[in-house]
Amino acid sequence: MNKYTEDDLREELKTKEYEYGFYTDIESDTFPNGLNEDIVKAISIKKEEPQWMTDWRLEAFRTWKEMTEPDWANVNYKKPDFQGISYYSAPNKKPKYNSLDEVDPELLETFKKLGISLDEQKKLSGVAMDVVVDSVSVATTFKKTLGEKGIIFMSISEAIKEHPELVRKYIGTVVPQKDNFYAALNSAVFSDGSFCYIPKGVRCPMELSTYFRINQAGTGQFERTLVIADEGSYVSYLEGCTAPSRDENQLHAAVVELIALNDAEIKYSTVQNWYPGNAEGKGGVYNFVTKRGLCETNAKISWTQVETGSAVTWKYPSCILKGDNSVGEFYSIAVTNNFQQADTGTKMIHLGKNTKSTIISKGISAGKSQNSYRGLVKISPNADNARNFSQCDSLLMGNECGAHTFPYIEAKNKTARIEHEATTSKIGEDQIFYCNQRGINTEKAIALIVNGFSKDVLNKLPMEFAVEAQKLLEISLEGSVG
Amino acid sequence: MLKIKNLHASVADKSILRGINLEIKPGEVHAIMGPNGSGKSTLASVIAGKEDYEVTDGEIFFEGEDINEFAPEERAHKGVFLSFQYPVEIPGVSVTNFMKTAINETRKAKGLEDMPAKDMLKLIREKAELLEIDRKFLSRSLNEGFSGGEKKRNEIFQMAMLEPKLAILDETDSGLDIDALRIVANGVNKLKNKDNAVLLITHYQRLLDYIVPDYVHVLYKGKIVKSGTKELAHELEAKGYDWIKEEVNI
Repeated sequence: MNKYTEDDLREELKTKEYEYGFYTDIESDTFPNGLNEDIVKAISIKKEEPQWMTDWRLEAFRTWKEMTEPDWANVNYKKPDFQGISYYSAPNKKPKYNSLDEVDPELLETFKKLGISLDEQKKLSGVAMDVVVDSVSVATTFKKTLGEKGIIFMSISEAIKEHPELVRKYIGTVVPQKDNFYAALNSAVFSDGSFCYIPKGVRCPMELSTYFRINQAGTGQFERTLVIADEGSYVSYLEGCTAPSRDENQLHAAVVELIALNDAEIKYSTVQNWYPGNAEGKGGVYNFVTKRGLCETNAKISWTQVETGSAVTWKYPSCILKGDNSVGEFYSIAVTNNFQQADTGTKMIHLGKNTKSTIISKGISAGKSQNSYRGLVKISPNADNARNFSQCDSLLMGNECGAHTFPYIEAKNKTARIEHEATTSKIGEDQIFYCNQRGINTEKAIALIVNGFSKDVLNKLPMEFAVEAQKLLEISLEGSVG
Repeated sequence: MLKIKNLHASVADKSILRGINLEIKPGEVHAIMGPNGSGKSTLASVIAGKEDYEVTDGEIFFEGEDINEFAPEERAHKGVFLSFQYPVEIPGVSVTNFMKTAINETRKAKGLEDMPAKDMLKLIREKAELLEIDRKFLSRSLNEGFSGGEKKRNEIFQMAMLEPKLAILDETDSGLDIDALRIVANGVNKLKNKDNAVLLITHYQRLLDYIVPDYVHVLYKGKIVKSGTKELAHELEAKGYDWIKEEVNI
């Protein structure tokens, strides 16, 4: 008989640990690094999802495994090690709060530092917020008011449990699992996100807003947002992101799907200011996002974004104008400073007749950053009388940054009318001196010039967001002119 | 108010001002005339503190304070105003917004609160009227698509808003037709009082028919070579600059 040694015991424990691995891990707040089918299943189990959801995730994971990371964007970065990331983490305590008083004071303190104090928000503007802190919702406000109108606004995890029929019907219909590398990854491992459903004919009485935050080191964030505006409804959705400074690169691969049914309108506004890395280009968030909306007949989707953060941004909020007379809009301000790289733009896919799209992109480059606009306007053979207007303006600060424009046009219908305008300008010393002479210091002068340059887009943001965005532009460009 | 002593300045190592002496007292109007390339605009820029110009010698005192080390905005806060020969465009920034920013930045520098919106509006209305400026004009982007006359009138409007102690008008008459010139000159005259001063920089005597100077200085090769009263301007108009050049060269 073999002697049962301590080594054997250790070996056995190791095996056991593997065998029951994910159960133990579910108890912990953060999953071990790495990604395999067990981890995908574990996420699904942890979130008490139905089998169809687990299967959907696994399907996505299997697709993802066969895919390679895209490299056509005008960005350079060290490819993330997908086995070196933990795919799930939750805050330590996750009780359900009825009021802010019950929320962890430390968390509230952080929010205050970020300038997004919940109580202020609550009082001021009637903004209902679904706060995503490291993947799990800890506070949802105004749910009741919304409930009275039949509006569903909750975390997507809750929605999967409470409204499986809606989620199942729409998830992946605009951004399929296999759409692209990051969308596939997100589909497999998405941790949480927001879900919103506006019933037929309902005009959502308040701006819906979600604040995303990344606060645990080495935790990738895989948010999934699904917004459905049923026939004749209207919703304005605000998404703002902030993250505390961090030394290592963090991956963020979100998916946002918008569905605007007949005669519905969705306005989706984003202010993104994740950690861009330090002045030497160290650290910062990798932001690889897939955002897409589908418009049915007479529907309208507007994307407005102010992108100031992240070390690398890869993001093209797009519209599929499927229904006749549908309208797609994209208004964007992208600021890059120091060593930031942004490759962002939109795709307007005209399928229906009399469809209209507008693209206004404002790129501001400073420091040694690279800022690219990439946009596709596609007019399909059936899209009679489709119209597009695109305007891409670039503003350069200093001599070491770059601005690039990559407009793609595919028109397969002779009745299409497509206009494209592009300009590049530089903040001149003469402009600065002129402002100085009027008593405006250089920092403020730059803010003024940049705000003027971005005005067409800032005007599209909801009021309270526009003010925040203006401040953000100033902060992002601080010290960028020597 | 302004006292310039032996001022030497150069740009990109090229010496342009070579020993300027000038004193302007409150309530006075001075005109600086001179042929092209004599350093007139450089003098204006150096007083305003443009960084491209290096003061290599001499001093500039404003209200008894040596301002040579002051940033352009600090000089502006102290009451130095320059009406530009070629005002720049700032797309997307309305004239109103620009003025609001300028006034509030100046107030901030003096430790004052922002001007209440109501007062700001009143002030804008008042000054726009003074310069016969259409209110629609004020919501247009600063100098963008403005005609030459509109740009100059806008400069004087800003001067009216900021109420400087010393206003330097650099070739304000250039590009103006006679009606615009009259409006601009009337504006300046209305703003003039015993506590402020005006330094006119001009190539032609025309402007001086409307804004009558107390003193006229002729700038040539970076030096004030002749000073006199308004009659000097008439003489220059009649005889040109050649006789001055000859006088200097003797």
